Order: sequence, then structure tokens, then C-alpha cells
Amino acid sequence: MNETMTRPAAGASLIGQRIAKLDAPEKAAGKTRYVHDIELPGQLHAAILRSSRVHARIIRIDTSAARALPGVHAVLTAADVPDQRPIGVAKDHLPLKSDRVRSLRDEVAAVAADSEAIALEALRLIEVEYEDLPVVADAEAALAPGSPLVHPPIPGAAAGAPVGLAGRADNIAMRFDYGHGDLARGEAESDVVVEDCFALHYVTHCCLGVSGVIAEFDAKGNLLLYSNTQVPFLHKREFAEILGMDPARIRIIQPPIGGGFGSKLDIYPFEVICVWLARATGRPVRLVFSREEEFLASPTRQPVRLTLRSGCTKDGRLTFRAVHTLHDNGAYTSWGATTPFVMMQTFSSLYRVPHCDYHTIAVYSNNPYAGSFRGYGNLQATFAVEAHMDKLAEATGMDPLEFRLKNAQVVGEVSGQGMVFRSCGFQDCLRTAAQRSDFQSKHREYAANRNAPGRFKRGIGIASMLHVGGGAKIYPSDGCGTILKLDDFGHVTLITGASEIGQGSETVLSQLVCEELGLPMTAVTVVNNDTDITPWDVGVHASRTTFIAGNSAIGAARKARAKILAAAASRFDCAADSLALRDGHIVRAASGERLTELARFLRSLHFSDRAELVMTSFYYEPPSVHQDKNFKGDVSAAYAWAAQVIEVEVDTDTGVVRMLRVTAAHDVGRVLNRLGIEGQIEGGIVMGQGYALTENLVVEAGRIRNPSFRDYKLITAPEIPEMDVNFIESMDGEGPQGAKGVGEAPAICVAAATANAIYNATGVRITSLPFTPERVYRALHGALPALRPTPVMAQR
Amino acid sequence: MSLEPEAARPREGPAHEIRFTLNGVQRSASVGITMSALQMLRDVIGLTGTKYGCGEGECGACTIIVDGLSVNSCLLFALDCDGRELTTIEGLAGDARAKVLSQAFVEYGAVQCGFCTPGMMVQATHLLATQPHPDAAAAKRAIEGNLCRCTGYQKIAQAIVAAGQALAAGDQP
Repeated sequence: MNETMTRPAAGASLIGQRIAKLDAPEKAAGKTRYVHDIELPGQLHAAILRSSRVHARIIRIDTSAARALPGVHAVLTAADVPDQRPIGVAKDHLPLKSDRVRSLRDEVAAVAADSEAIALEALRLIEVEYEDLPVVADAEAALAPGSPLVHPPIPGAAAGAPVGLAGRADNIAMRFDYGHGDLARGEAESDVVVEDCFALHYVTHCCLGVSGVIAEFDAKGNLLLYSNTQVPFLHKREFAEILGMDPARIRIIQPPIGGGFGSKLDIYPFEVICVWLARATGRPVRLVFSREEEFLASPTRQPVRLTLRSGCTKDGRLTFRAVHTLHDNGAYTSWGATTPFVMMQTFSSLYRVPHCDYHTIAVYSNNPYAGSFRGYGNLQATFAVEAHMDKLAEATGMDPLEFRLKNAQVVGEVSGQGMVFRSCGFQDCLRTAAQRSDFQSKHREYAANRNAPGRFKRGIGIASMLHVGGGAKIYPSDGCGTILKLDDFGHVTLITGASEIGQGSETVLSQLVCEELGLPMTAVTVVNNDTDITPWDVGVHASRTTFIAGNSAIGAARKARAKILAAAASRFDCAADSLALRDGHIVRAASGERLTELARFLRSLHFSDRAELVMTSFYYEPPSVHQDKNFKGDVSAAYAWAAQVIEVEVDTDTGVVRMLRVTAAHDVGRVLNRLGIEGQIEGGIVMGQGYALTENLVVEAGRIRNPSFRDYKLITAPEIPEMDVNFIESMDGEGPQGAKGVGEAPAICVAAATANAIYNATGVRITSLPFTPERVYRALHGALPALRPTPVMAQR
Repeated sequence: MSLEPEAARPREGPAHEIRFTLNGVQRSASVGITMSALQMLRDVIGLTGTKYGCGEGECGACTIIVDGLSVNSCLLFALDCDGRELTTIEGLAGDARAKVLSQAFVEYGAVQCGFCTPGMMVQATHLLATQPHPDAAAAKRAIEGNLCRCTGYQKIAQAIVAAGQALAAGDQP
């Protein structure tokens, strides 16, 4: 695709057009102020002293020299904040560590000073004496009997106290056990059974804008946070609990965010510490990470060990799947530990599987803190499932496309997990991606050429994915509020709870509102970054914003339109439904005859005896349900589907894999902003390319060995593949104008399709990532060590 | 970092006065010996369009033009700016080539979170000054040192190519 934006003709629909991002001009001019760019009067600069040990007891901390340094305003250790409350989804994380550090990222002390240089100098003056403890460096070791404990029980803790205050007697952070059907029956019905172990590695978000926050207490003692969070309303509540404050006295402003991708879903110690420093100094305090700190102390994607056993009949019908996975949480539990919610959907419901069992253990270790990351477990699950789809197809003598089509979900299906597929373009995705890439004939040709002489081998692989596309009902509400205000000049202020994190939500929400009100895109201002103003929203996650906030915006716009047309009907003495809003005018719907300019009519409503200002609000709650205790239920109002075909070239002399071409077909419900959605898909594919080929956060005995862009290899511009992006418009009945969520989808099946392409090229199946030259070369020479099966624990 | 009295700068040593041209305007600044040009621009002068992404020349978010060459300002000592001519993203506001380019960035969807965008814009402006009609491969090579985590680079490269074509067609000077 190589097209510029479109300029819709007056009165033409905005839906499906190529609309430029509203904030693009100011960003291209360098005028956008991110959290790093905000300088409040009297602002101090903070820095955090982190542990130099992986696992150790803190014997002594001496901050006297740091406190004496000119320009230092406050030095905090755990001793200065008694009664700390644990943060995080499992309440297992105290922001400042008192007696023990559990990972290299752990916060030991913090400084606020006149400048960043002074703050860093003060950190160097803090003396900490440690006594090393045995390190739990591996998830399997964490489960072993007699393993050192990461959170040992704390004597005298109150009954029922969370892990952060009470500890626990083992290293198990979370368990998930799911099943449908009868596994034994599935095995018995199988003609072919395959089993493999998979190992998925550490990668991290690498947002170009490093983490940062500014905290300030105003004259009334209210807290103002300038925060990069993706979940401002959940954050506000959690801050209130941690700080023992009335939530009404906490305001969160979100400056534009320099990349999110799931990294800003949790509350982190640095944010709490910055608030404490602001409280201690009575000054605004800004805390911004260095890039090295970003690598060391921001979250990672969950590393996963996985054993998958799958079966099918000889005519290619899937019979069962049995899955055991082991997740390494690191020392604390993030929302990312709940990725099994998403992983089990792929195992149970991407294809029709009559019998499915899924078991996960997430353990504590002294490794980096694993968090949530675009795709949320689905890259890992899809990598395994799609390897087996190819293996089973080959074992039954079927083409990989035919085998998938035979087992693909179709519209109207209710999956074993209770997901209801009201719109489903999955088979269209498979056919489109295969046809446009000439998949079937190339797949045969490349397999036939596998053993021909020659250093470079071509291969082509296909993989598919299922992901929530209509929100995910995890929190008590999965809704979003909108307030719409029309002024005397026909200008609309769209106040939405949904955050903009670069994905283009404010543009698409404006489009939806303008479409309802017959206005051009220039008629809207979006307010979306201040919890004192915006209505509640659960946050940017689960690819939910276009769907949920979009429906909310449409709801508010339709109420405004109804109000305007009802008033116009009485003015022009006709039925409201005979009128319409088009191109900034009130018109007769049938003929298009212009009755009055909208702005003029709004003024006349406002400045009349029965003065009225057109303002509306709407709260949208999707018609999804919470899962039951067995993880069953229709958790999303819609589901997104995709298939991607990837063509690679493998250099068998060096193990270098080049990604040549990606043909993607995504069921997005309906394209709302073609320019924006292409950007989401292309960016997601390249993020997936990095996961597949180059990105690897190397962790050895709890230490990150490559905390820099020099040693952590992101994809650069010359390395991107040719991308052919196609959209399947299944017109979801609940979606805004038929659309479904797409944010996470494009990254999910890239690694899986790449693995299948490498197999097609070489006949070698690699079940661990990333496909670096070393790994591929070893695999081609049979020198890649076999993966151990995932440990299995007795079920509860 | 903010403006601080000399005594409060323990690791930066004494300040030195340097003179240079910034975005067409002659000016001076008082900088420490360890300070980078990036820190000087952001913290001393207060131009925040140039971004800190890594501090070690790997991400390109801090790209500026110094005497006609694009450089990572995080790797340049502020002291070494003495007597030179610096152009930052803010200085491109009046540049005809950059105007066409920024329009192309907007229209081709080259901007998402926007954090890499100033560096990309400066680098691309420098490319068009030296190679007015790049093809896609040349555009991608030119931004090889600029990391972007959102867009997948495709639309950035397209915008650069389109801007070159627009300039060649004489839409703008």
C-alpha cells in the first residue's frame, strides 16, 4: 500500500476513508510535550537506587552522605515510609524494599534533588550492605521441593494478609486449570497424535519514550499526577488505596505517551516513590528513567515453557489438545500473569477442538518482572498451536491451508470455552492470505526443493490467530463513557474516557462522531487525558478502544442528533425522521434540501426564551459476560481473526533468516480509518518480526545481559518485509459501524508463520525463539539441545 | 536536568561559555564539560522537540543537523558545539523542504506515538537535502539509525519518497 490520505467530498461518508491522525501535525513539528518535556515551576528531579544483587538480605543502608549533598531535598528508604501497602494485582510488591531484595530491579532508596545530575550523584553516596541469598533463576527450579522462597512467610503477619505482607510457603504465584470435553476420549478417537515442547523467550516493549511520571501536591493537598498510564481510572483507585487517600483528591493527567504496548497497564513502584518524594519535599517531582533503567526495570513479555499434545483423525479433524505451561513471573506479579486467560482461548477456540485441557503455573523467581505486552500470551500460545497444525496436516497428508480450513471456526459457532462467534471471517482470512501469496503451490514447490543443492532455501508458512475484538470483561465493568458538547458555532468537544497512546483512537472516535452528526473532521476537539474531566473507562488494553469507546461515542452522538432533529422537526413542522444532518446542515433526508446551517440552528436553540445547549453523555457497556469459575463464558462482545502467510529465505551456511514478504488478512469487522488500521497492522507485523527473528532479552542468573539498543536488536527500516495487508469486513453486528478491535492482532501469528516457513524451507522444526542465526544454524546441524517437558503438578 | 548554579553541579565541573548558531540565531550557552548537546538543547536552552531515546547513539530520536551533517546529539559534547551551526526540529519550521516532508508524514500515516518523529523528520530532511529523489530503499537506508516501535517504518519510508517526488514535481521550492 502506498497511498496518501483521502479528503472525503462534502457529505460523503467518513467510514473507510484514509483519515490523517489529528495529532500528527504537531508531532511532526516536534511540538508535542511528553512527560519528559514538562517542567513545572519548582520541579525537582528524582532518581532511584536499585539493588545491585539478584537476591539478598539488606543488612544496612546509610544515606547520611547523600542527605548531606548540596541540592538534595529528600532521600527515602523503606524506613522513611512505614506502613507501606503492597501494590500490584497480587498485592505482593512493596515499592521500597526494607529487608530483602528479590531482583536486580528492586528499589532500595530514592532521591529528589535540584537536578538529575545531583540526584544521580546522591545515589552514588548511598551505602547498602547486602547478604546474598540463593538465587531462584529458573521457573522449574522455583517449583522444586526445597527451593529457596522468593516471598518466604513473614512471622506474625495478619491472617489473610496479601503476599506482600505475609509471604507464602511456596513459589507459586498463580494457577489456571481449564478443560472442556473428555481428553481420554479425544486421545482414543485420534489417528495421529503429536507432542512437542516449546520455549518462549524474554522480550521487552522498548517504547521510544522511556518511563516517567511527575507528582505534585497542590495547595489543597490534592495529588496531581502526570502519568503515562494506559489505565488512568484503575490507577487512580489503586493510588488512593496505596496512599490511604480519598480517590476524589487524586487527579491523573496523561500527557501524550511515547509508546505503550501494554507496558503501562500496571502500577509500578517508581510512580508511588515519586509521589512520596513529592509529599516529602512539598515540590513537584519528576522521575524519568534512563534507557538502561528502562531495560532493567520495566516489564517484559512473559517467558513461557509449554508442552502441547494434539491429535486428529486421519481425515484431518482435530480431536484434542492437552497443554501444560510454566510462566516465570519474576519476583512480583503483574497483570501479565493473567495471560493464561488469553492463551487458553487460542488452545480451546481458535479451531474447533472437541476436547481440551489447559494447565498453567506461574511462579515467583528472582528473574525480571514479566508484565503484559501486546498480544498478551497469544504470541506464545499461537506459536505452539500453529506448529502443531502444520505437523498434523503433514501427518495426515493434507495441505496446511486445507487442514486449517477444515477445522476453522465459522460464524454462529459456540466454542468449547463458551465464546460465541457472531461474526467470523476466519475462513475468508485463510483463503485471502493463501491466494494472494500463492501459498499452496509455493509450499509444495519449496518443500520439493528442500534437498536440492544450494545455500539459500526459500520457505513459506501460514499461521492464524483469534483474539478478543470487542473488549474483555475482566474488570466489573468493561465500559467507557463519553460526554459530547456542541457549541454555538457547531464545534463539537468529544470528551472520552479512552486514552490515546499513539494508536489513533482520538481520530477514529472523532470520525464516528462526525459521521453521526454530518460534520467534517475539523469540527471536533477531543479531550481524553484528565480524570477530573473525562468519564470513566477501564483503560487501553485488550484491543478494546475502537470497539468500546467507539460505541460509547456513537451513543452520545446519536443522542445529540436526536435532540437536534427533534427541535428542528418542531421548527420546520415535519417529522424528525424525515430530517438528517449532513455537511454541517440540517437537511430533508429524502431530497437533501438544506433547511438551515447546523451552527445557526444551535445558536437559535441556545439564545432563545427556552434556551438549550446541546450536550449529551453516554456510557457503553458491552453485552459480554464474565467467565465463570471454570473460565467459560462469552467474555468479549466480538472476536477478531487473522491469517498471515510469511515467506522467508534461509541461508543454510550461516543460519540467517530473511523475512521477505508478509501477506496478512485480518477480519476487522469493518475498516473505519484505512490509513490508521494499515499503520496498526504494519507496526504489529514488524513487532512480530522482532519477536521472531532478533529480539532477545538475555537473562542469566537473574541478570539482564543486554540492557541497551546496541545489544537488544530491534528491527530497523531496511530489514522490514514487503507487506500485503488485506481486510476482511465481516460487519460485526455489535461493533461501531461494524468494526472490531485490531490493536494486538497483527503481532500475534508472525513468529508462528515464520517457524512454519523455516520448516518448509529446511525440513527442520524449531520450537524455541528467536530465530537468530545461531539458533537456526544449530538446529540445521542437529545441535540445538532438546527442550525439557514442562513440569506437571498434581491438579487441585 | 535544569539550570543550576555551578556549585550544585558536582559531576559537571565548571561551566564554559560557548557561542554557536542555533536555528539561524546566534546565541551563547553556559555548559558543563560532561554535558551532551542533547542535554544542552533540552535542559539549558529549553527546546524539547529533540528527544532522549537512549543516550548512546542507537535510536536516532535526538538527531539534529550540525554544519550540514545529521548527528546524534546525545553523542556530541555541548562544548563541541562552539562555533558551529545547529538545526533542530524546531528550526525546520521555516524550511520549505521540511514543510513538504511534514505534510507527507501526516498524509501517509508516518506518525503514531510520535516520539521518534522529530528525529525521523530531521534525518529525512537531511536526506532530501543531499539526495532529492530517494527511492524506498534509499529512504529506508537513510533512517536505518532511527528506531520506531509503532509504525513498522513502511509509512515513514513512503512519506519520504512522496515528499521527494512532490519536491521534484515543483509543488514546493
